[in-house]
Amino acid sequence: MHPALRRGALALLACALLAAPPLRPLLEASMTLQMLMQIPLLVAIGWWLAGALPRRAADAVADWNTGGVTGLVLASMVALLWMLPRALDAAVDIRWVAAAKFVSVPLLIGLPLGLSWPRMGFVVRGVFFMEFVATCFRLGWLYLASPDRLCSNYLLDDQQRLGRLLLVIGAEVLLLLMAKLLFGRFRFDDGAHEAPAPPAGAPHTAPHLPGKPTRRGH
Amino acid sequence: MRALRTLLASLALAAAGVLALAAATNGFRAFTTETARRQDVRAHPRLLPAIALESDRGVALQLSAYRGRWLLIDFVYTRCETYCSALGGEFAQLQGLLAAPIASNRVALLSISFDPAHDDPAALRAYRQRFGDRGAGWTAARPANAAALTAVTQNFGLKAVPDGLGGFVHNVSLAVVDPTGRLVDILDSGDPRAIAASLQKRIGT
Repeated sequence: MHPALRRGALALLACALLAAPPLRPLLEASMTLQMLMQIPLLVAIGWWLAGALPRRAADAVADWNTGGVTGLVLASMVALLWMLPRALDAAVDIRWVAAAKFVSVPLLIGLPLGLSWPRMGFVVRGVFFMEFVATCFRLGWLYLASPDRLCSNYLLDDQQRLGRLLLVIGAEVLLLLMAKLLFGRFRFDDGAHEAPAPPAGAPHTAPHLPGKPTRRGH
Repeated sequence: MRALRTLLASLALAAAGVLALAAATNGFRAFTTETARRQDVRAHPRLLPAIALESDRGVALQLSAYRGRWLLIDFVYTRCETYCSALGGEFAQLQGLLAAPIASNRVALLSISFDPAHDDPAALRAYRQRFGDRGAGWTAARPANAAALTAVTQNFGLKAVPDGLGGFVHNVSLAVVDPTGRLVDILDSGDPRAIAASLQKRIGT
């Protein structure tokens, strides 16, 4: 089987496993598992799937995705939707919302992030990380401080545990970023320093170099 | 060109995202299921179906038997030591505050148990008496069968989550049903005077 097709099939299988018992009821039994395990796994599947996109399709998308900005906007908007307490509840209770979650989280959050990440320069990645950390802190604080249950399906102590974990995750990512800023090495001239090298023989999709004409010349 | 296309695509996606968020939150007014449900009930009162109950006297009772009166419903399980105890006391207080309309048959109070396996008529009777039932206008009841329990949870948007200690945590404080049998409001408990006043206003006394 073609490697890209195989990856697609494996991603589909992984989503199906997550969407069926026993994994679905297990991961949706608590708010913490749903938000910190199930949804991140679905994002990871979509991200991994980005590598299977045919080069021509990836190039066509890239024309609309300078610096990975469009992908980041799409992923952020869809992620915002799945952060609503109401959406988490509905994804447990209502079948079509559940289906929407298992399709949209990989394809509209993970996939665009996977396609955009190699194209993001220093600044866009910085925006991504700061927004990630800020979201962890905002949600974490909200969940810890709210005296009410925000999800009808979940208990207050579950919500507060999730709040604490989000604060911890936000703080850890922040510390890692600070370590990287203090001790790491950056190449500011190249928006794609962590991009994997394209396979030999494939047309080279050059990173978009700021201030220089693009290879495509338009 | 690529920068312009990216800008256009990003703006379009951001706009679509804001529209989707607005749709998912009733125009940024409801971020939780409970809030959304209350807004929905107020905007679109819904006719409740026939729901078969068994009263605390062991008598079959249809929810529709309350048509013609304003009905206040709370949802309980009698083993509850915390929240429902407060609700029980509140219903006894409401009996006093609404004594006049209750006496003239314009208001009734109903506690529905969502734990029918445990809450038999004797348990329901004991629950009512434990909280100082004043003798008139307050009935406790349990769904008569599994279908009735489902009808209760679905029509009132009731969700009881096991709390891991043998009890439940649940939503929906007080449901207000009008004399034509429509669910018109869901209120927070905790302030019986405000609840009595809002009901008096609806009755027009």
